[in-house]
Amino acid sequence: MKTCYINGMGCVSAQESTNFETLLDLFKELKEPVVKVHKPTYKAYIKPAMIRRMASGVKNSVVAANIALKEADLSNPDAIITGTGMGCLIDSEKFLKKLIENKEAFLTPTSFIQSTHNTVGGQIALALKCNAYNMTYVHNATSFEIALIDALLMIQEGEESVLVGGVDELGDYTTELYRLLGQIKEEKSLSNGILKSNSIGTVFSEGASFFALGNKKSKNSYAKLIDVQIIDTCTQEEIAKKATSFLATNNLTVAEIDVVVLGINGDKDFQDFYSGFQQTLFKNTQQLYYKHLSGEYNTASAFGLWMAANICKTKSIPAVTKLNNKPENGIKKVLLYNQFRGENHSFTLIESC
Amino acid sequence: MSLLILWLSLLWITEIRMSKGVAITGMGIISAIGNNVEENYNSLIQKNDGISQIKKIDTVHASHIKVGEINYSDNELISLLKIPENNNYSRTALLAEMACKEAVKNANITNINECRTGIISATSVGGMDKTEQYYESILTNAAQQKYIEAHNAGDATKKLARSLGIKDFVTTISTACSSSANAIMLGARLIKAGKLDRVIVGGADCLSKFTINGFNTLMILSEENCKPFDASRNGLNLGEAAAYLVLESEAIVEKSKKKVLAYVTGYANANDAFHQTASSEEGIGATLAMEKALSVASLMPKDIDYINAHGTATPNNDMSESRALINVFKEEIPSFSSTKAYTGHTLAAAAAIEAVYSVLAIQNNVVFPNLNFKEAIPTTNLIPVVEVIQKQLHHVLSNSFGFGGNCSTIIFSKTAL
Amino acid sequence: MENLKIELKEKIIENLNLEDLSIDDIQDDDTLFGDGLGLDSIDALELIVILDKDYGIKISDPKKGKTIFESINSMAQFIMDNRN
Repeated sequence: MKTCYINGMGCVSAQESTNFETLLDLFKELKEPVVKVHKPTYKAYIKPAMIRRMASGVKNSVVAANIALKEADLSNPDAIITGTGMGCLIDSEKFLKKLIENKEAFLTPTSFIQSTHNTVGGQIALALKCNAYNMTYVHNATSFEIALIDALLMIQEGEESVLVGGVDELGDYTTELYRLLGQIKEEKSLSNGILKSNSIGTVFSEGASFFALGNKKSKNSYAKLIDVQIIDTCTQEEIAKKATSFLATNNLTVAEIDVVVLGINGDKDFQDFYSGFQQTLFKNTQQLYYKHLSGEYNTASAFGLWMAANICKTKSIPAVTKLNNKPENGIKKVLLYNQFRGENHSFTLIESC
Repeated sequence: MSLLILWLSLLWITEIRMSKGVAITGMGIISAIGNNVEENYNSLIQKNDGISQIKKIDTVHASHIKVGEINYSDNELISLLKIPENNNYSRTALLAEMACKEAVKNANITNINECRTGIISATSVGGMDKTEQYYESILTNAAQQKYIEAHNAGDATKKLARSLGIKDFVTTISTACSSSANAIMLGARLIKAGKLDRVIVGGADCLSKFTINGFNTLMILSEENCKPFDASRNGLNLGEAAAYLVLESEAIVEKSKKKVLAYVTGYANANDAFHQTASSEEGIGATLAMEKALSVASLMPKDIDYINAHGTATPNNDMSESRALINVFKEEIPSFSSTKAYTGHTLAAAAAIEAVYSVLAIQNNVVFPNLNFKEAIPTTNLIPVVEVIQKQLHHVLSNSFGFGGNCSTIIFSKTAL
Repeated sequence: MENLKIELKEKIIENLNLEDLSIDDIQDDDTLFGDGLGLDSIDALELIVILDKDYGIKISDPKKGKTIFESINSMAQFIMDNRN
């Protein structure tokens, strides 16, 4: 078995996460139902000739990928793997709107060509002039995790480095549709944060988190990426068993996990999957959450991994992320669990290095 | 002594690289030239194309653009599949169910969960057909709102997984027109790595106003039947289709004594890194993909007996692909043809339907013709196969390229190598 | 003709998202593609739609764009010669 290290990472999110001076401690809970990213200085990362056609998600990805590669001192990865649940919504909506409003007349190609799900991967490859393996996964809330599974497989197959990331962007029309479905919270229920919101739906947001993985440890390494598993559908009763068997395949028991990071998003209809872990399986484990900081989107779990890997490296847990308070015994093994609306479950295991 | 070690380690490396291909034990397809594998094969050898004027989509381009449309209406598909009337199936999901059902039946699978089974499906438009149809009314019409989540690329895969009973490994790929090649590639890699025992791989895309208009803005749609690799080619015909393959590990095949249709022996994915939509003139990405696939299969260019080319019939693709073929195969270009003139370009489903055609070619030792070809492109002078020809086929190479520079190649073989 | 040229520059900046440029940055005889303004084949397709939508001139062969869109001068001349 080859070891896979997270040697660099970059994150654009609703928080000021691209600023290296920012401490996770300073992150603030989101109090609005729909929150866009905190915009980085795009021009510092992207050439003007390329930037003019890019919608938010592509720009955020190029920035995040740039930071990750720089940290890992990598210019030409052996693979670029992207996960995006909803893809390039802004350009899809733009083209669709014009198509309907103009009754199929006077349409221009730019938004169409930028609307395909693989635009992000393609644009990163173009910017890097990278001819390597290039893949895009688009399976709802496990889009990022399957990208990680592929990346791990690549490392096992002998590749030295992989750039892997998760990205989603908010589109106005799509947001409106999901509001109609009741998947977005009302502002008034958020005044005391998502944990106390006692309501259905969640905070919708967007972001891009990219990771430079490698088969060699570097002075910048954040953590080791050990294993990832996806489970598309599963009952609440089954999930605890799935967790223990995932740990068992990695020769671990629940007691050996130092920190568990949960994808709690405040939707009371689907909280039970997390509550089971909080109250039973991981009741003696330090529990963390992050979607009150990142908001929910199909690849928000990539923000979760970014946060968890940061914690592994700095060995300190920001108070704002804690769900409980356990005496710290060193942070070594961290397990992430995420699901969205009772489907698309995933486990990600990392270890400090 | 050191020579001996070198020799031993070389042997060891060869052993790993010579690991057997992944077995294909079932396949299913629906396209403009047939609703199942047999119908598709008959159309191919009878040179019956499926290109016609648009009948099922309400578009201003209906009178002047030709496409490869599937004859069944959504309602006919719903009743054939015995899906309850109050469903939220997009046309993409319906086509996917049709092809997937045939593939699973063909592979004689009775208990899907008797071994670790996954599903990897590809799409580019997903449920766009319903989204564009209800774009305005959906905001106020509660009955239409069931289609909101049917828009997502992952929706058709989820439906396939639920109807087959696959619960764990379920995923969706979208790399534009190369999507389902990447689904086949990932499936084969997961089986080789011992992560899964069986994977259903393929893709589906229905025609939509979105894609028709999108390709129209690029001015690459032909008003005639498309002419892949012809000097006067003037664009592509869009099409709709779905196709799936059942891939199984050696152990499962041995245990069940199953008939193997063919093997996936080579695969590769590279990026052209040239332009968001256009292919590089020298076919950099395509060349890399073919070379890497040959190396994964441990084959030499001369071992390839037939190439099912991407051949969309756009001036740019066919030129770029021709150059890439010359880069890889030099003066000895194998028999090649594009089947896009039969089916139209079916986007994310293209590599999957052409995988079915590649397997059919191997099974029947037949090369399918490249329709509508008259005159070679002067600068490259490559002449595709234009009639049905019988010849022994051991290895077939299939290309699929897409926007975003995505280039993928899959190699299918008669034996496991 | 001069007004048309200014109008074209404004349209190019707006439609091709060249937000860092002003009309003074584009000279009438500047090469629009390649080394000049750096436009590419996708921009050419965008310009074809501008000709159709705003000036009623249809171009069916994208290859013809190459000479028409050489510069603001050539574009303006083409519009003068072809508009009804």
